[in-house]
Parts: sequence; structure tokens; C-alpha cells
Amino acid sequence: MSGTTDFWTLAVIAGLACVTVLTRCFFFILDRPWGLPEWAHRALHYAPAAALAGVIAPEIVMTQGHLITTLHDARLYAAVVGAAYYYWRRGVLGTMLAGMAVYLPLHLGLGW
Amino acid sequence: MFFSAAIRRRPEFRAGIRDMSSAALGIGAWGLMTGVAMVKSNMSVLESVAMTLLVYAGSSQLAAIPLLFAGAPAWVILATGFCVNLRFVVFSLHLRPYLMHMPRWRRMTHGYLTADLSYALFTRRYASPPVGADEQKAQEAYLTGNYFVTWCSWMGMSLLGIALANFIPQNWGLGFAGVLSLVAIVCSMATTPLRVLAALIASVTAVAAYALPLKLNIVVAIGAAVLLCFWLEKQFGLDPDAEDNK
Repeated sequence: MSGTTDFWTLAVIAGLACVTVLTRCFFFILDRPWGLPEWAHRALHYAPAAALAGVIAPEIVMTQGHLITTLHDARLYAAVVGAAYYYWRRGVLGTMLAGMAVYLPLHLGLGW
Repeated sequence: MFFSAAIRRRPEFRAGIRDMSSAALGIGAWGLMTGVAMVKSNMSVLESVAMTLLVYAGSSQLAAIPLLFAGAPAWVILATGFCVNLRFVVFSLHLRPYLMHMPRWRRMTHGYLTADLSYALFTRRYASPPVGADEQKAQEAYLTGNYFVTWCSWMGMSLLGIALANFIPQNWGLGFAGVLSLVAIVCSMATTPLRVLAALIASVTAVAAYALPLKLNIVVAIGAAVLLCFWLEKQFGLDPDAEDNK
């Protein structure tokens, strides 16, 4: 079930660890104070949400590289319910549980 | 760091632990699902453990998993991880005056271990940077106690998830819980109408441009969303500084 370990993946993982350090410490790695250029500052408003949405949208509406053509797909309803729960109550845990409560019966019960 | 006895002895260390412990369950559950999601998307146990121990950033881990699985080039995975983590860049600007009195390795260790909730709790309790040596130590101890809980519950539950994942049949699709936690993170980032629009534009673009090689659809999606929102910002005459505070 689980794949094989390869060096490339481990190298990417090490790179991602560096990204974590770089982003979490961005403004206090150097001793000298400094700021971001104006355009980068403005991009910060939109880039994080855009990056994540760009990653997850294909995970929800595509199968094997193609847009799904049926509404009989548990992922659609789970994502909508999860998002609705988030705006209602907040919290990652609740969103996950609410979404899975919709996903699992549809996926396992109806085979969607 | 929580290895230092001088920090652990301070009462603020215990206060930090106490304040964070109510959130530990939620962090743990998210860690558990991230652990399951890693193994379920064909990462080996060694890779999953390495990612848990080193990367220590749930949303960028979850964003990287499908990209790794699809064989995206390293720079796309790292750039995506960077964009997903951009909120921490803003946090680091805020934390700078709190940490600058320390030597570099020490402030970078604190920075690396301070995730979203620790940042939120710490800056809520201490509205201004420390004045004087005692206050510096007190704040450092509180922050340390705070992320000590986060680190332990995240690591413990992620490793448990990795251990249990192989006993869960693939067709249950439990890895989808990882996608759902990202849905929550996107919603938490989309706090203004233009940010919601940015997420929507990026979603549509990423799907429409899916056929691009090297997973460049993610990069195109980010670019399209940011540029279009820049333009709309101008059209509506929005003030970037006022938008900052939302």
C-alpha cells in the first residue's frame, strides 16, 4: 500500500523544511531591519488563499486529470458541507468531521 | 526551546502549556489525518515520518502531497509550499521586536516552532514586545510552553496516523480528510470579498490549466488570481493598508 522511499522525495521534504524555517523566520533571520517591496506586500493578501485553492480544487472536481461529469461524487458534497460548517462554526477539526460525515456514507454506502 | 531547564522552571512556561492545552485535541486530530493522508497517497513510511518531523507545517504538507504524488518538479512543490506559508511571513514581521534581543539560532528555533495558534495566543497575551531582561525571559517561557503543547500533540498524533494508516483500507478514502482540512484553511484565509474571489479564480484556473506540464497549473492559478485582484483593487479604489487589517 505504501510506496517506496526515493531520494528525490526526501530531498524535496528537506527543501520544504527549509521553506518552513524561511517563512516562519522571514523577518528576523537578518539583524538589519527591512521591509517588503510594495507589490509583494499586496500580493500577500491574495497569494496564500490562491495557492491553497489552486491545489485543492483539482482534488475535489477532477478524476485522473479530467473534470468529473457526474454529480454522483461524494467529494463535491463533502467540500460544500465542510465549507458551510467552517463559516457557521469555524475550526479545522469541525470542518473535517462535518465533511467526512457526508463523504463516508456517500462514498462507502453509495459508492460515489 | 523546551530543552532549556531555565525556561521550563518559569511559571509562564506552565501558563503557556495551560492556555494551549484546550486546543491540543484539534491540533492532534488534524495531525492524525495528515499522517493518514501522507501514507494513503503512496508516500513510504520513512518519507512520511521525515516529513512530519522536519516540515512541521500541516497546510504546506497537505498541499505538497498531491504534487509529490503527481511527480511535480521540486521548484513547483517548494514554491507552492512557500505561497501556502506566506501568512507566516506576516507573522514574522510582527514577532521580530519580541525576538530580536536573542542570538540568531535561538530566535530561529523559536520561529520555526511557532505555528498559527502559538502565534495567535502569544501575541494576544503580550500585546507589546518585552522591556527588560525579566520580561524577555517571561515572554520566551510563555511562547515555549505554548508551542511545546502544539509540537507534542502534532508530532504524537501524526506519527500515530502514519502507524495506523496501513491498517485502514485504501477505498475508505480517509485521505480526503486532508483536503477537507485545507478547505477550512482556505476559508480562514479568505476574509475579504477580494480574497474569496482570489481563491475562486485560482480554483477555476488550476482546473482549466490542469493539462499544463510540470503542475504549472498551480503557478498559473496563483499568478492569475493575484494579478486580477491587483487590477480589481485599483478599479474599486481600495486602500491596501485598510485591507491589511481585515
